[in-house]
Amino acid sequence: MSIDQEVEILRRIPIFSEIDPAKLKLMAFASERLTFKPGQRLFNQGEMGDAAYIVLDGKADILVEGDDGPLRVAQLAENEIIGEIAILCDIPRTASVEAASQLTTLKITKDLFFRMIMDFPEMGVEVMRVLAHRLEQTTTQLRVARAAG
Amino acid sequence: MGMEPNIFKYVWHHSRPEQLFILLLVIVSLPFYYFSLNLPKQIVNQGIQGQGFDGPGATQPFFRLHMPFGESLFGEPVLLFDGLSLAQADMLTALSLVFLSLVIVNGLFKFVINTRKGRLGERLLRRLRYELSDRILRFPLPQIRRVKPSEMATMIKDEVEPLGGFIGDAFATPIFLGGQALTALAFIMVQSIWLGLVAAAVVLFQAFLIPRLRRRILVLGRERQLTARMLAGRIGELIDGAVEIHANDTTNYERADLTARLGRIFKIRYEIYQRKFFVKFLNNLLAQITPFMFYLGGGLLAITGHLDIGALVAVIAAYKDLPAPIKELINWDQQRLDVQIKYEQVIEQFQPPALIDPERQAVENDPGAPLEGPLVASALSLLDENDIPLLRSVSFTAESTQHIAVVGQSGSGMEQLSLLLAGLMEPSSGSLRIGGRDVDALPAAVTGRRISYVGQNAYHFTGSLRNNLLYGLKHRPVISADPDHSTSAFDRAESRRSGNPDLDIHDDWIDYHSAGAEGEADITARMLDVLSTVDLVDDAYRFGLTGTIDPVSKPDVADGILMARAAIIERLATSGNEDLVIRFEANAYNFNASVAENLLFGTPRRHDFVSEELASNETVRTILREAGLTDNFVTMGVTIAKTMVEIFADLPPGHPFFEQFSFISDDDLPEFRTIVTRVDNLGIEALDKAARQLLLGLPFKYVEARHRLGLVDESMAERLIDARRRLAERLERDCPDAVEFYRADAYNAAASLQDNILFGRLAYGQAQAEETIGRTLLEVLDDLGLRQTVIEVGLDYNVGIGGGRLSAGQRQKLAIGRALLKNPDILIVNEAASVLDRSSQVRLIDSILERRKGRGVIWTLQRPELASRFEMILVMGNGRLVEQGSYQDLREKGTTFKTLVAAE
Repeated sequence: MSIDQEVEILRRIPIFSEIDPAKLKLMAFASERLTFKPGQRLFNQGEMGDAAYIVLDGKADILVEGDDGPLRVAQLAENEIIGEIAILCDIPRTASVEAASQLTTLKITKDLFFRMIMDFPEMGVEVMRVLAHRLEQTTTQLRVARAAG
Repeated sequence: MGMEPNIFKYVWHHSRPEQLFILLLVIVSLPFYYFSLNLPKQIVNQGIQGQGFDGPGATQPFFRLHMPFGESLFGEPVLLFDGLSLAQADMLTALSLVFLSLVIVNGLFKFVINTRKGRLGERLLRRLRYELSDRILRFPLPQIRRVKPSEMATMIKDEVEPLGGFIGDAFATPIFLGGQALTALAFIMVQSIWLGLVAAAVVLFQAFLIPRLRRRILVLGRERQLTARMLAGRIGELIDGAVEIHANDTTNYERADLTARLGRIFKIRYEIYQRKFFVKFLNNLLAQITPFMFYLGGGLLAITGHLDIGALVAVIAAYKDLPAPIKELINWDQQRLDVQIKYEQVIEQFQPPALIDPERQAVENDPGAPLEGPLVASALSLLDENDIPLLRSVSFTAESTQHIAVVGQSGSGMEQLSLLLAGLMEPSSGSLRIGGRDVDALPAAVTGRRISYVGQNAYHFTGSLRNNLLYGLKHRPVISADPDHSTSAFDRAESRRSGNPDLDIHDDWIDYHSAGAEGEADITARMLDVLSTVDLVDDAYRFGLTGTIDPVSKPDVADGILMARAAIIERLATSGNEDLVIRFEANAYNFNASVAENLLFGTPRRHDFVSEELASNETVRTILREAGLTDNFVTMGVTIAKTMVEIFADLPPGHPFFEQFSFISDDDLPEFRTIVTRVDNLGIEALDKAARQLLLGLPFKYVEARHRLGLVDESMAERLIDARRRLAERLERDCPDAVEFYRADAYNAAASLQDNILFGRLAYGQAQAEETIGRTLLEVLDDLGLRQTVIEVGLDYNVGIGGGRLSAGQRQKLAIGRALLKNPDILIVNEAASVLDRSSQVRLIDSILERRKGRGVIWTLQRPELASRFEMILVMGNGRLVEQGSYQDLREKGTTFKTLVAAE
C-alpha cells in the first residue's frame, strides 16, 4: 500500500475528512505503518496512551477487562480510528485493543497529532467539530435513556 | 617552595655545564672563523694575482707556521713548520682547498653549536613546562577553583615557548658579543686614548639611556601578555558558556566584548612597535655619532698636529668592528627583558599561597594499614577566602565502618564537610582523626586509596568506559612494561636531564590487588561486578551491541558472533517471528534497507562511500551510468522532491519535521520547488546539470518499506541488484578497502556487533519488532554464553569529552562505580546520585550499602528521608552540626530533621 492509498483512507475518517490532502500526506509520511499479528495487543486498558491507530486493513477487537477476563465490546474494521480519546485528554486507556486478524494500522503518535494541530489550526477546528458532534450524540442518547428509564 | 624569580639564575642553575660547554665551543670556533675571513684576500693576492711570485716557476712556502707569540716570548720568530714550496697554480689550488675545508669546518661548528643550544633550550623548556604542570597537580582544591583553565593552558603552552629559543643564547651570546666589543674598544684605546674615551662614553651613554627608554616598553609588554592571556580565558568562556550565550541571545554582546579586548591589545602592541622602533632609531643615531666625532674631533687634532693621520685612520678602521656587536648586544638585551617578563608573569600565577607538599604525593608512599577505628571530628571549622565561615566548630564521633548520612539544606556545609572528610580540603582549625591519625596530615597514598570520594559533578576522562572505571586504581606503576613497549633507557635518561620524573606511562599502572583481582585476567569480572552494583550493566550491554571489534585480534569473539547470527534466525523462526528481520542476501533486494545500502551491500569504510557522498562519488556514478540507471535515479529524485515540496510546503523553516522526516533540508526546499515547477512545465529534459545532480542524490537514502512512495518495484529491484554486482566487481578491482561487503559467512569489522548478529534490517512496521528482537538477541547471547563478551566490548565504549556521550545519570553511576572498584575503607558520596529519580536513587543506595556492609560509607543526601537506611545521621544547618543520631531518634526528637523531611 503506498502513501497515496493511506491518504485516501485517512480522508474517509470524519475528523480528517475536511483536511487538505497535502497535510494528511505529511501526517501519513511522518507516521509509522504498524502491522500486528492476530492476538497481538495494540495497547492495554489502564495504560497511558501515547498514540492513536487508524485501521488500514484487518479487524481489531475492543476488550474491556473484567473480573472474568476480557470482554469483547466491539470490533473495528478499516477506516476507523482507535484510541484517540486517550491522546486527546491524557487519561488512561479505557479499553484494551487486540488484533482480531492480521491487522495493518497507521500509528499517529500524540506528539505528531498535537504538532499537526498546532501547525494547522484548521485541523484543530475539525477535531472540535467532530467531538462536539459526538457530545451532542451522547447527550441525545442520555436524554433518550433517561426518558426510557 | 617558590620558583626562582630570575630566569638567569633559573637557567644557570639547571644548565651550567652545558652552557660552559657551548661557550667553549664558541671560543674554539673563533680562530677558524677569523682565518676564513682573511683567506679570500690571500687567494686573490697570492693565488690569482701572483703576489710574491717572481716569475714562472717561482715558488712560495705554503702553511709555514710560526709559534704564536714566539716573537714576544723569545725575541725572534720561532719557526715550527717550514711549509711546502708551491708554484702559483698549485698555491691557488691549495688555498682554495683550504678555503673549502674552512667553510665546512665553520659550517660544522655552527651546526653543532646551534643544535646544542637548541637542545639546551628545549630541555629547559621541558623542565619549566613540567614544573608548571606539576604545580597545577599540587594546587590545593580551593585554589584550583579560582583559576581559568584556558589561561593556565595558554601559559604553559604558549607563553613560555619563546623562552626555549632564548635559553641557548642566555650566556654564550652576551659573553661572545661583549668580548668582541671590548676588543674593538681596547684597540681604539691603544691607538688614541682620547678617541677611545669618546667611543666608550657614547657606549656608556647608550647603556644608560636605552634601558630607561625601554621601561615603558616593559610595562606594555607585561600588559600585552596579560591581555592576551585574558583573551584566551574569555575564549574558553565563550565555549564553556555557549548554552547561556545562545539561550540569552548575547552573541552580539560577546562580539562587542571581543572587539573591545582586541582593540586594547592592538593599542598596546602598536605602542610597543612605536617605542621599539624609536629606540632603534636612537641607537642607530648614537652609533653614527661616534664616527662623526672621530672625523671632526680627530680631524681637528690631526690638523693641529696632536694626532698623526695614520693613527686616526687605524682608529676609524677599528671602530667599524664596534657597532655590530653593540647592536646585537642591545637586541639580545631586548630579548632578555622580554623573556624575563614572560617568565615572571607566568611563574607569578603558579605561586599560590599554599601548595601541597610534594612529599605527600610521592610515588614511594605506601597506603599502609587500613583506616579503621573511631572517626573523631573536633571543632572543625572552615573559612572561605573572605574569612566567611562555611563550617563552624563541627564535632562528632563515629566508627569508621559505620554508614553515615549527612543531610541539610544546600549551603549548610554538607559539601565542605565531605571534602574535609575525604582529606581534599584542610580545615581552618580543629582536627579530624581516623583511628588516631590526622586526616590532613595523611599522604595522598592513604587519602586517595583508602578513601573514595565521589562529588556531584564527577569528571570523566576522554577514553573508554573501562579506562574511566580503572582510573581510580592508577596510583603508581605496578608491573613494568615489556621492553618492546616501555620507554627506552635513552628517553628515560633524557627525561631525567629535564627534571621530569622517572615514571613510565607504558607500565601497567592498575592496582589489581586493591580491586580484589590478581591481574588483567580477572579484573574484568570485578568491573562487571561493580557495574551491576551501580546498575550500569544494561547500559554497557547496549554500548557493546553498538560497538565494533577487530576480528583479527579477537577471533573468538567474531566466531561467537557468527554463531549468534545463525542461532537468532532459528530462534526467530521457532517463535514465528522470522519476518521481523529481513536478512541481507546477495541476490535479493532488501526493501527495509536504503537504496544506498542495497547498492553498496556493505558497510562503508571510507568517507566518500557514506550514503550522503554517493551521488558525487565517481565510481558509483560510473556504475549507475553503465547500468543505465542514472535517468531512473533522476526520475526517482523528481518524485521524492515533488512529495517533499507538496507536504512540507506550509511548514515554517526550522520546523523539527524537516530534520525528522524530510529528504530535503528547509534551506534547500525553495531550490527544489523551482526544480519541481520546471519539471512540471517543461519536463525532465529541461533540467540543467546541477539540478540533475541534486535530484540524483535524493534516492540514496530512500527506504521503500519506510517511505512508501512506491519507487522501487520488483523490476527496479532487479536492476539495482545488477548494479550492486557491477559495483562490487569495480570496487574489488579499484579500491578494495572502500567497502566491507556483507558476507553471510564472514564477520564484518566495520559494522556493530548487533548488525553482525542480525545481518539484516529490522522490518519496518511490525508491532513490537524492536522489543521482540532485543529479547531474542539476549536469549541467543545467553545461550551461547556471549552476553559477558558483549558487555566487555561495551567497556570499550568511548565516553566522549568529559563523559559527554553518557547521560548525566550514567556519569554519576560510573563515578560511583569507579569509587567502589578500589574497595576503599571509607566511601564518601557527596550528592553524587542527585540527577537520578527517586526510585533509582533508592535502588542505588540500597545496593551500595548492601555491598559495603561492615565498611564505612558517608553519604551526603539530597533527600533526607532516604537517611533511614543509614546507621547514623548528621544534620547540618548553617555550617553547624545541629543534630545527630539514628533515624529513629531524629524522627522523634530532631526538630531540624523533621523540618527537612517535611519540606520534601
